[in-house]
Amino acid sequence: MDATDQKRLLREMLFARRFEERCAEAYHERQIGGFLHLYPGEEACAIGVLEKARPGSDYVVTGYRDHIHALKSGMNPKALMAELFGKETGCSKGRGGSMHLFDPDVHFMGGYALVGGPFPLAAGFAKAIQLRGSDEISICFLGDGANNQGTFHETMNMASLWNLPVLFICENNLYGIGTAIERSTVEINQYKRVAPYGIEAAQCDGQDIDVVMAHAEKAVQHVRGKRKPYFLELMTYRLRGHSMSDSGAYRSKEEVEEWAQRDPIGIYKRRLIEAGVLSEDEFHATDEAIQDEIENEIVRFATESPEPRVEDVARYVYVEGGKQPWLK
Amino acid sequence: MAEMMYWQGILRAHDEEMARDPLVFAMGEDIGVAGGTYKATSGLFAKYGEQRVIDTPISENSYTGIGVGAAMVGARPIVEIMSVNFAWLAMDQLMNNAAKIHYMSGGRIRCPFVMRLPGGTAHQLGAQHSARMEKVFMGISGLRVVTPATPRDAYGLLKSAVRCDDPVVIIEHEAMYNLKGEIPDTEFFTPLEGVEVMRPGKDVSIFAYNISVHWALEAAQKLAQEYGIDAEVIDLRALKPMDRAGIAASVRKTHRAIVVEEDEAPVGVGSEVIAIINEECFFDLDAAPVRVHALDVPIPYSHRLEKAAIPNADDVIAVARKMLGR
Ligand SMILES: Cc1ncc(C[n+]2csc(CCOP(=O)(O)OP(=O)(O)O)c2C)c(N)n1
Ligand SMILES: [Mg+2]
Repeated sequence: MDATDQKRLLREMLFARRFEERCAEAYHERQIGGFLHLYPGEEACAIGVLEKARPGSDYVVTGYRDHIHALKSGMNPKALMAELFGKETGCSKGRGGSMHLFDPDVHFMGGYALVGGPFPLAAGFAKAIQLRGSDEISICFLGDGANNQGTFHETMNMASLWNLPVLFICENNLYGIGTAIERSTVEINQYKRVAPYGIEAAQCDGQDIDVVMAHAEKAVQHVRGKRKPYFLELMTYRLRGHSMSDSGAYRSKEEVEEWAQRDPIGIYKRRLIEAGVLSEDEFHATDEAIQDEIENEIVRFATESPEPRVEDVARYVYVEGGKQPWLK
Repeated sequence: MAEMMYWQGILRAHDEEMARDPLVFAMGEDIGVAGGTYKATSGLFAKYGEQRVIDTPISENSYTGIGVGAAMVGARPIVEIMSVNFAWLAMDQLMNNAAKIHYMSGGRIRCPFVMRLPGGTAHQLGAQHSARMEKVFMGISGLRVVTPATPRDAYGLLKSAVRCDDPVVIIEHEAMYNLKGEIPDTEFFTPLEGVEVMRPGKDVSIFAYNISVHWALEAAQKLAQEYGIDAEVIDLRALKPMDRAGIAASVRKTHRAIVVEEDEAPVGVGSEVIAIINEECFFDLDAAPVRVHALDVPIPYSHRLEKAAIPNADDVIAVARKMLGR
């Protein structure tokens, strides 16, 4: 990877962080409502994995902590922010909200609130790919907590049985809301849980994007080449609360501080500076440019965009002008 | 016009649609090698292969979800749930994903997903194999729910459902798979919306769907022969969205309404139809509408009790006679 790409990757992670910090502000200003789940500390997971896939063509699905997966898949950040603001110009026309981002144009398939729900959907995308005979793959990002749902086991079995080209990424941030993984799960090494289903799996650091990319490259190759599922567990940590309402009482300040030392942006920034690829000044200039773009283009677009019209509340219940073969 | 059985109509629809579109595929428990519990997919495995006629593990929620996912990116799944009672295990994927994705995505993602299931009381199968769930499906915005009463519609509704861009639930009936009836030889599509007048009449409208259409027709015949009552029998057929105009048109003509359902009354098809009548044409009524329905009990195993729990043509006759004072 050359210096330009390295700097781009760092910029993408920094953009993700600043974007979500701005989301938190907008939430406190009540421009964003409902549930808001942010991803700071975990950016290297989505960005590193998708860097080694084909965003825009490979299908991507995840849970409610979906902003950065959508961005890296190619969603326009303006459409994302507008969705969070509940506007007609949002990626889901204001009908979805933070947990339900969709952009089928870039094969970003959502955004789901029910823990474990996306497992079979991801396998379904892979099933359609298999029927079409194309060489895309399906990529499913979910948390450690999701692996205790029945859909996890049911889907692993069928994905392996039917050779579905689906890559399961487990973002193991050690908690499901406020429940520590060892209090909910017997086998805390998630990658070991798919062995009985004959699915190849690995575990690696999710904070160092170079490590994530090395493992993701192998995983993607496996799925794309062999047309079989693969399971990659990324060890990570969210530096903020589960959602905007989280007292944080379930974990110690020391633990959070320890992980903050392993902030993926800090790790990568230091590496690029030490390698002489990046200077501190350059980093600050980039940071300022990002914040300027977020404020003056993205937030502005979202703020100025129109709300959906009340008369349109029943639109999209069914497909408009859908096929009615009985009429022809 | 060929005489066919209900299951043969379903099979023919599968076969025609799978031959036409390589992205149409079927999945469910025992539908492939075994040919389906009611033969409705028999022979398809040999013809289309295991990629398109898939025997699933007993994992209702996740194979439903796999169907939903495939539908979201352009495939046309027909998912069979072996019995409506097992659809409870698939409700998360059906209700939270299939029904809502199009709306939640602001119309950007379609979910042309079809779920078929036998959904009635057969014969002494016990409480966990005899429940009906139409009231549950009907209550979910975003779904379409249809119920064939004849072999023609078993064929025609599946044809339309596969081509439809919305998620469609087709409720069949275990006791009707061997029912015989005419199906046109040429390709035919039954509308996914609208009622059908099965027997025109002027004295009372009997609204029914699925198996209760046959009870209503039997009742109407006797009412005419023995009591001089000319009943109109309406097959509701589409339970969601329901044909408000079609229901009102019949009531405006007869001024009386009976709803016949195999399900328990609370929160059911009858409640919905009568609410629609109240809203659309209350002042056209000459009598209070009445529901004929199952008892509000889990369906008992005992033959005698089961019979007592489920309504029949005689119940319809009794209600109509009382309503008309004859
Ligand atoms: C079916 C279901 N049950 C419970 C919840 C409530 N809930 C939301 S997030 C969550 C924890 C999930 O943890 P994990 O999968 O590890 O993801 P993380 O938030 O840590 O990324 C729970 C229990 C839900 N949304 N859906
Ligand atoms: Mg977690």
